[in-house]
Amino acid sequence: MTVDLSPIDQNLLSEIASIHGMPEGAYNIRKDGQLLVRNSSANIEIATKADNPGIDITIKPGTKGETVYIPVILTQSGLKDVVYNSFYIGEGCDVTIIAGCGIHNSCEEDSEHDGIHSFYCGKDARVRYIEKHYGEGEGTGERILNPVTNVYMEKGSHCEMELTQIRGVTSTVRDTNAELGEGAKLVLTEKLLTHDDQTATSNMKVALQGDESSVQVVSRSVAQGNSSQTFNPLVIGQAACRGHVQCDAIIMDKARVTAIPGIEAASEEAVLVHEAAIGKIAGDQIIKLMTLGLSEEEAEAEILEDFLS
Amino acid sequence: MLELRNLSFEVPTQERSQETKRIIDDLSLTIEDDRFTVITGPNGGGKSTLAKLIMGVEQPSAGQILFDGTDITHLPIAERAKLGIGYGFQQPARFKGMKVKKLLDLAAGKKLPMLACNEYLAKVGLCSASYLTREVDKSLSGGEMKRIEIATILARDPKLAIYDEPEAGIDLWSFDRLTETFRDIHSARNGRSIVIISHQERIIQLADDIVWIKDGRIEAQGAADVIMPQLGFLAKDHPICTLTQPTELHLTEIPTTC
Ligand SMILES: Nc1ncnc2c1ncn2[C@@H]1O[C@H](COP(=O)(O)OP(=O)(O)OP(=O)(O)O)[C@@H](O)[C@H]1O
Ligand SMILES: [Mg+2]
Repeated sequence: MTVDLSPIDQNLLSEIASIHGMPEGAYNIRKDGQLLVRNSSANIEIATKADNPGIDITIKPGTKGETVYIPVILTQSGLKDVVYNSFYIGEGCDVTIIAGCGIHNSCEEDSEHDGIHSFYCGKDARVRYIEKHYGEGEGTGERILNPVTNVYMEKGSHCEMELTQIRGVTSTVRDTNAELGEGAKLVLTEKLLTHDDQTATSNMKVALQGDESSVQVVSRSVAQGNSSQTFNPLVIGQAACRGHVQCDAIIMDKARVTAIPGIEAASEEAVLVHEAAIGKIAGDQIIKLMTLGLSEEEAEAEILEDFLS
Repeated sequence: MLELRNLSFEVPTQERSQETKRIIDDLSLTIEDDRFTVITGPNGGGKSTLAKLIMGVEQPSAGQILFDGTDITHLPIAERAKLGIGYGFQQPARFKGMKVKKLLDLAAGKKLPMLACNEYLAKVGLCSASYLTREVDKSLSGGEMKRIEIATILARDPKLAIYDEPEAGIDLWSFDRLTETFRDIHSARNGRSIVIISHQERIIQLADDIVWIKDGRIEAQGAADVIMPQLGFLAKDHPICTLTQPTELHLTEIPTTC
């Protein structure tokens, strides 16, 4: 299948999904609120939703080693794109899902994409979900991303989610919810970088409902300029489960970060831990890199890059 | 060649106080090329401060620092690094998310081949290549961190390398490997000088020259065979630091299989 991609489209796609040209296997690329190109594979079916805008992605039980790409790009100013994507991941699957949204706004009007993603992870399924958000463009219009992620995990399923917002997103409110059944394991990593006057809020609610379920929430963020960030992760233990929440933020310039990690236990067998640390880049790190010949700016850049890597 | 001329470093006795105390007191010292110098002396004597003044981490209140004839007294840290001065910190910095491999690359100023990295690690007694992908964060033990710090200086290969208590927290087997490494660098004699700040008799024994620093001043200095016999006497002057009982050499549970 061939479609015309402008250099701007291509750049956005490579930033958010590291795709160059068309990917292999199953994919669905959405541009400016419309389907651009789609491909289902033998085991992965992508279909347009009947009720809402968006797609249903159904992965056959036992599918192993396959990757689905569902990137979204927005290049038209003044557009508010709301999309519902549902993933039905069959029993015993082992798959990777690569999503992401890139906005290029070169006008005065706002561009907004709100992706509502729901994951139904079947028994013993293993899923790796990678989502990157990115904004660019010389326009004064805002670039807004308000993703909602819902994860329903059946017995023994295993899910690793990596949610990243790289640069250029004016405002974001992220809502992530998860329910874990018996023996399910979720690793939720969120990485955020805000700059200038950007704002970011991340709300998370993870309910550990089954025995032996576990969640690890890792949040790493950098706030620069006048930007502000708020973290609100909540882990609820309702069974013999384990939960660990770790928020780690680097603050620079006049930025502001609020971290309110919460844990709530409704079972005496629940073991829940949270940690939060906010601070500037440690002086001894910058000095060490300067003794290796780096300037102060170079040292800072290296430290931030690795902190968010 | 490094020359320190009448170097002083003063800090306020208390925050915002006008009164100052001298940490380094009118100190002059010359370190020739190809020399292996050990700086020793009691805790709090000013050894690390002196090293930081040489590296540019601290600024002297008076005096001059010359490196190969150039006045570097007011040069920024990175410039001194580029001229060939290196410093292995007594308390190494940790970096969240940075891999050991990356830190070695930054130290060398280029992407190092895996083989070279493994060699640097082996030289400090870290024998598993798996260390390269470990993060330089709290997950490393004190002794591992210390040895990685030393490896960064080996990778950097500066003309003048200052190691601040490299033996601290390092187990006996790695310590043997480390002394061998210092001996090898020294015997190459390719214009490089090594300065080691140490309380360890076995490191002091390797030195050409010994400098004994106390209260910010040089109390004794000279060829190792002349100063060594005096060290016991000098140490007795200061009951908190006796050379016969090294303070920080102890065994840790680090696997050392090479
Ligand atoms: N910036 C500073 N402000 C106040 N006091 C300082 C400062 N830097 C060093 N000192 C003091 O100066 C003295 C010398 O410290 P330094 O770290 O140089 O000692 P050292 O000889 O390296 O000791 P050790 O053997 O314990 O490592 C100490 O008493 C220390 O507390
Ligand atoms: Mg010291």
